[in-house]
Amino acid sequence: MRKSYSLDAEALPQDGLAVAERAWKSLSISGRVGLVLVIFWLFIAVFGAFLSPYSPSAFVADDVFLPMSAAHWLGSDYLGRDTLSRVLSGTRYTVGLAFFGALLASATGTFLALYAAVSQGVLDEVISRLMDTLISIPSKIFALVLVAVFGASLPLLLLTAAIIYLPGSYRIARALAVNLNSMDYVEVARVRGERKLYIVFHEILPNMLNPMMADFGLRFVFVVLLLSGMSFLGLGVQPPAADLGSLVRENMSGLQDIAPAILAPAIAIATLTIGVNLLIDALPQSGNGKGGH
Amino acid sequence: MRVGLLILKRLGAALLTLWLVSLLVFILSSMLPGDAASEMLGQSATPEAVAALRLKLGLDQPLYVRYFQWLFGLMSGHPGQSMISGLPVAEIIGTRLPKSLFLAGLTALVSVPVALTIGIVSAIYRNSFIDRALNVMTLSMVAVPEFLVATLSVLVFAVSLRWLPALTIIPDVADPASIARAYALPVMTLCFVVVAQMARMTRAAVADQLDQPYVEMAVLKGLTKPRVILRHVLPNATGPIVNAVALSLSYLLGGVVIVETVFNYPGVASLIVDAVTSRDMPLLLACTMVFCTAYMVLVLIADVAAILANPRLARS
Repeated sequence: MRKSYSLDAEALPQDGLAVAERAWKSLSISGRVGLVLVIFWLFIAVFGAFLSPYSPSAFVADDVFLPMSAAHWLGSDYLGRDTLSRVLSGTRYTVGLAFFGALLASATGTFLALYAAVSQGVLDEVISRLMDTLISIPSKIFALVLVAVFGASLPLLLLTAAIIYLPGSYRIARALAVNLNSMDYVEVARVRGERKLYIVFHEILPNMLNPMMADFGLRFVFVVLLLSGMSFLGLGVQPPAADLGSLVRENMSGLQDIAPAILAPAIAIATLTIGVNLLIDALPQSGNGKGGH
Repeated sequence: MRVGLLILKRLGAALLTLWLVSLLVFILSSMLPGDAASEMLGQSATPEAVAALRLKLGLDQPLYVRYFQWLFGLMSGHPGQSMISGLPVAEIIGTRLPKSLFLAGLTALVSVPVALTIGIVSAIYRNSFIDRALNVMTLSMVAVPEFLVATLSVLVFAVSLRWLPALTIIPDVADPASIARAYALPVMTLCFVVVAQMARMTRAAVADQLDQPYVEMAVLKGLTKPRVILRHVLPNATGPIVNAVALSLSYLLGGVVIVETVFNYPGVASLIVDAVTSRDMPLLLACTMVFCTAYMVLVLIADVAAILANPRLARS
């Protein structure tokens, strides 16, 4: 099972280049496309602010919805701001919210699941019941309810995303943990007299990390889709901040002119989410190459 | 016998979950800063007026009393009044729900045959070029948010080509041509994501069957591929396929929120967005319960299909 994980961080220190090359070669073409897209957008999210030619909130163009030009590579938006600068800063919001939202969901889900699986009994029952309830509310509807009640500030949007995608992580993590918990080597550790905490962190958790990483990638896409959709409805990231969804929304009137101001954020979201999906699909454990019996 | 019991159990679990959902969303909605009375009267209202309205709305009662009042109202079809328009919530939803159901029905009608074809074809030609191409295609399709599909399809079909209207105006006369024109863009947008999801799940369900020993047996008997698929595999895959279809259709519930808003379609989903914007809690709560019920029904159908398809359960 463990032999061919392509993105193993622990393998990198010794001769990282050779390992990276092997990982690259083990990926399918679509997986490579995905990896390039993911690295590109992560780079933009982290360093985009330094590449930004103008301030994203400054009115710098002579006119609204300008086409592409040397001064404004992606034209200007509905208020005459530089589209490239706005997309660079919007990417930071979209990727940042999705990354930390998904991380919070995955981490909390994993730890709740470990706790439930190891302790079993009433607590497991209660947590599982609660998660089943949360998962039975369609995600967009749940997000709308939470935003209506608590508002749409950035920390609350992050929390909203985490709460909505926590039950999915929990379910997968719990299934994994229950399986691992009944493995012989865990039984051995228990007989050896190890404490629960030791068993969780040394025997069970390390073997869950890879599938949970793939799950994290999926949740990342879900959060991008959810929050950009909410922003598109005007119920997500609020002005003056703007994520990629807000950029599509605010430039809707440029649709008639087919302005780059609306196309650029649209293409940005699509390539980001498609990239992550292609990459996850190409990883060994997603069952793509699993054939026959 | 055991099957019937199992289905009853699932039904009971679904009802329990729905009840817990109602409890959860009601408690959430009561956490709104400031209550309905001060919200309705605005900032300039005197404390006396707010207190009087609170009394009238029953907001002075403890939370659990209000919850049960709301729950029984909901179950008897009287989930309160809209705080904005003052109309009974049941009446507002009553005029909107059929329109959303019509939209969802049309989408199902279009997406199911398309998705099943894609899914079954890619399962038959597993790991071939066509399967991998379809895999990348559907994988990319599920990753694109609905609002992008909606925006781009308006761009192409309404702005550039001028074939279709950008907003959905429900035609007065119900002839098929005008309905097709009015609904083409919203249905196309909804289908985009649902078809991809459904095709992927159908492929998995059929591919799962193809791995079974009985298929190997049929192939070894010398049957042709189409015959193996049509006579042997598909009947056995019906349960898993119905399961996949029902679960994928639940993606519609999120999709309609965006689609109804973009195309200005007067359904329940655009109503829920309005309710959030205006913080109309009674309306929001009732709409939420409509969506959650629809979701539970689809999940229940999927569950029952999976139970009925399991020969080990059906035999005993």
